[in-house]
Amino acid sequence: MIGLFHTGKGAAAGFLAGLAHPLSGWDHILAMVAVGLWGAQLGQPAIWLLPVTFPMMMAVGGFLALIGVSLPGVEVGIAVSALALGMVVAMEVRPRMTIAAVIVGMFAIFHGYAHGAELPPGQSGVTYSIGFVISTGLLHATGITIGLIHRYRTGARVLRLAGAGIALAGVWFLWSAIR
Amino acid sequence: MIHLATTGLGPVYDGINHLFRSPEDLLPVIAMSLLAGLHGQGDSRRILVVLPVSWIVGGLAGFASGVEVMPGVLTALSCIAVGALTALDRRMSSNLLATFATVLGLLHGWLNGAGIATSRGNLLALSGIGTAVFVLVATGAAIVVSVKAPWQRVVVRVAGSWIAAIGLLLLGWSLR
Repeated sequence: MIGLFHTGKGAAAGFLAGLAHPLSGWDHILAMVAVGLWGAQLGQPAIWLLPVTFPMMMAVGGFLALIGVSLPGVEVGIAVSALALGMVVAMEVRPRMTIAAVIVGMFAIFHGYAHGAELPPGQSGVTYSIGFVISTGLLHATGITIGLIHRYRTGARVLRLAGAGIALAGVWFLWSAIR
Repeated sequence: MIHLATTGLGPVYDGINHLFRSPEDLLPVIAMSLLAGLHGQGDSRRILVVLPVSWIVGGLAGFASGVEVMPGVLTALSCIAVGALTALDRRMSSNLLATFATVLGLLHGWLNGAGIATSRGNLLALSGIGTAVFVLVATGAAIVVSVKAPWQRVVVRVAGSWIAAIGLLLLGWSLR
C-alpha cells in the first residue's frame, strides 16, 4: 500500500533530523524566537496569531522548495528577517494585526524554503516535516515564554535590548550572506 | 511498494499499530478529534460514532475495489483541511461537521482497505484501525471539551495549525 502501510524505515531518523534542522543555525533560531517575543509584546491576539502564521507560511515556503519553484535570495531573506524582527522587538513596533501577520508570514516563507528540500537521504520526509514543524513551534513558544517578562517595566526594557541584540546579529547574518 | 507492518500479534493489532505508525492517517484523526472537541460535547459524541464507522465502511469498499488513487496527495489534503478548520475555530453546523467527518473517514478508510487488498493483507486489520480511531477521537475530544481557560483553547488551535502546516509539507513531498 503506497504511502499508507509502511515499515517505518527512516522514520525516527527523519523525525530527529527535522527536529534538529531549525536549531542548526542561529539565523533561524533568533528569527523564530523574535516572532515569539514580538507576539508577547503585542499581547492578544498577536501572541497566538503570529506563532500560528509563521508555521503555516513556513510550510508554504517548504512546499515551494519541494515542488521545485525557484526562490532567489533565500539566505539574504533569512538574514533580513532576523534584522527586521529584531528591530520591531527593539522598537516595540505596534502595527495593525494584519500587517504584523504579513511581515511574519513573508519572512517565514524564506525559512521554510531553506529547510524544505534538505532531507538527508534515506530518511522519511513525513516524519522530517513533523519534527521540523514541532521544533519551529517550540522555538516560538520559547520566545513567548521569555516575552512574558514584558509585563514588568524592567522586563520590557530587557526585551527591547534582546531585540536590539537580535537585530545586530541580523546585520552580521546579512553581511555573511551578501559578501 | 510499502506494506502493513506485522506485529506478530494478529491482524487486529496490526491495524492498531498501523494507525499509530502512519502520520498520514494519524494526524487527520487527531485534528478531527480536536475539531470535534472545539464544537462541544454533543458534536464530539456524534463524531465519535461517525468517524470510525465511515472509516470501516470506506475500508470495506476500498478492499472490494482494490484501487487506490493518489493516496499521498489525498491524505495531505485532508491534513490541511482538518488542521486549518481547527486553527480557524469556526463554528460549523452539526450536520456539516458530521458530513465532513464522514468524508474524511470514507477517504482514509478507502485508502486503507485498498492498501490491504493490494498487499494481500487480512481485512480484520480494518477493525483494529477503526478501534484505534475510536479511542483517539474519544481521548482527544474529551480533553478538548474539558478545557476551560481561553489559552488552552488557543493551544488546541495552534496544534491544528501545526497539523495543517505538516499537511502542506506532505503535499510537497507527494508532488515532488
